[in-house]
Amino acid sequence: MSDVSRRQAVLKIATLFNGAVGLLLAIPIVRYILSPVSRGQKPGYENWVSLGSVEEFPSGQTRLATYRNPIANASDGETADIPCWVRNVDGSRFQVFAINCAHLGCPVRWFPQSELFMCPCHGGVYYADGARASGPPERGLFEYAFRISDEKLLIQAGEMPTPGFSAANKTFIQIERRRPCA
Amino acid sequence: MRLIRTIGNWFDERLQLGSPIRETMQHPIPRQTASWAYVFGSAALTVFAFQLVTGILLALIYVPSAGEAWNSLQILNHEVTLGWFIRALHGWGSNFMLAIVLIHMVQVFLFGAYKFPRELTWILGIFLLLMTLGMAFTGQVLRFDQDAYWGLGIGASISSRVPIVGPALVKLLLGGPIIAGATLSRFFALHVFVIPGFLIGFVGLHVLLVLRLGINEWPMPGRLVRRSDYMEKYHELTHAEGVPFFPNGIWKDAIFSGVILLAIAACALYFGPFGPSGQPDPRIIQTAPRPDFFFLWLYALLSLLPPALETPVLLIGPVIALVGLLALPFVSGEGEKSWQRRPIAVVTILLSAVTLGTFTNLADHTPWSPVMDASTAAAIPGKFVTGRTPLEVQGALVFQSKQCHNCHSLGDIGGKRGPALDAVAVRLTGDQLVRQVLQGGGNMPAYGKNLNPAQTTALVAFLETLHPSAQTPARDASLAGIQP
Repeated sequence: MSDVSRRQAVLKIATLFNGAVGLLLAIPIVRYILSPVSRGQKPGYENWVSLGSVEEFPSGQTRLATYRNPIANASDGETADIPCWVRNVDGSRFQVFAINCAHLGCPVRWFPQSELFMCPCHGGVYYADGARASGPPERGLFEYAFRISDEKLLIQAGEMPTPGFSAANKTFIQIERRRPCA
Repeated sequence: MRLIRTIGNWFDERLQLGSPIRETMQHPIPRQTASWAYVFGSAALTVFAFQLVTGILLALIYVPSAGEAWNSLQILNHEVTLGWFIRALHGWGSNFMLAIVLIHMVQVFLFGAYKFPRELTWILGIFLLLMTLGMAFTGQVLRFDQDAYWGLGIGASISSRVPIVGPALVKLLLGGPIIAGATLSRFFALHVFVIPGFLIGFVGLHVLLVLRLGINEWPMPGRLVRRSDYMEKYHELTHAEGVPFFPNGIWKDAIFSGVILLAIAACALYFGPFGPSGQPDPRIIQTAPRPDFFFLWLYALLSLLPPALETPVLLIGPVIALVGLLALPFVSGEGEKSWQRRPIAVVTILLSAVTLGTFTNLADHTPWSPVMDASTAAAIPGKFVTGRTPLEVQGALVFQSKQCHNCHSLGDIGGKRGPALDAVAVRLTGDQLVRQVLQGGGNMPAYGKNLNPAQTTALVAFLETLHPSAQTPARDASLAGIQP
């Protein structure tokens, strides 16, 4: 075996060795990068959080409530304080809407006089029951699952609703009612 | 002087960089290329360097934490000596950089500089444009205010629409399930390490290619590019009748770069820093988030696209645009360079400019958004209510209290989402008005559940008065023979 071919063989081994080491290191790095995605599959990711006493939401009214996101860190500051709209339909039935417009996530505002939610960004409008009224949204407002326990209103929360997410996830109730007269 | 020369020689004996630098600086360029039209690339490079410096200065104070970032911006603006000025320099530098990069690109396109053999230079330039846009977007996020917070929500909502991987993309983008501390940290990493790292590398390659292949010659109508003989002709242009880049070309670059830096400083001094707007507290929902200037056209597009077209346009449009730009030098790598003989190129630029300009201008007025406080803050002009019957005035009150004014204007006051109602009675009869109000339609919500009969009667009575005095109100044609 000549010197040259031996050196080439050693170089090949060195390259393969480095490739293997690289691959070995790539596995934890990729897992680290994907952690925001994989973390979602662990229990405790979505949780029942309290919006306060049921009495704070009078019958027939829609009021703003806020909750602290179940997963939050000290560095999150105020960003983990999430608002939502609570509609007490008739004293026993509730609807809890995400603040995010179903179009592109801007904060919708409730107008009690006209009983409409309006979005300041691209002009989406929703009826009191969250159904789409007009504008660019393709669906109604996102709705949280809720239950009442010890006179407290609890919702299942943990993730910002986005058009793609809630279509694939059962947490948010799909409301796809159309206008009665359409 | 002799001492400086001795020290210089000492270093050069070891580094041996003197002669390659001298050679590079004095490389020959075509005589007509030493022109004011060729200063934008170097100006972009200068502003990029300027952004690196001002960015590092800001990083001395800025705290990349969702709980602290906004406060640290306030400290920069109000407490640190001239902190506001450095912020303003960086913000205006960003706007100037994007503007110059776009002008540079237009000039390169119109001068046919992307043709053989400079295809790769163009492709690297496309990536540089994308990275510059990426810097502008991530920078807007680091100014962690309400606009940044809700802008991230828009980014997440768009990403979520990607088929299959959408929800996973959202979490990767946000670093978690919601916009929070992890989101800001990763945008900080992108803005400060990842994208600038790639930018420096790509800018280096881009400039290296310009030096290796030579700067584009001034396009002459009729002088066609052919792969077979271009290199030979270019060599002739540069070596037979060319001039050295230093000093013949570089002095214009230097002066223009200086003027740009001065303009950035002047804007920073006069207009001050951008924001921050309100705190990034999602509980403050009395906000109308807006993107920065260079993304306003996108804001308008998202509002005006028909809902069903939105996702396809958002997801497929950028791919088509990118493929088109990347394919350009391969589709038209030869032939005419001069814009005087490339009408389609000129029309493309004009159309793009008019389109982007129109969308940007529209986004300044946001006619598609309800005016959220019109029902409480915008008055109905007096001429629409004076001399009206009590019922009609009652209708005006309904109009105001039911937020009709948020979407409909009277006397140019109020929302532009729906049609102006100054002359609505000319278009619709009383019956049609009742139907429209109760049933909605044509992008108007139905008010049937929300108005009682008395309110509807009053409102329609008011609406029926809305017509110019010289024009008769609309009437039902089927009743034309019965009623006068």
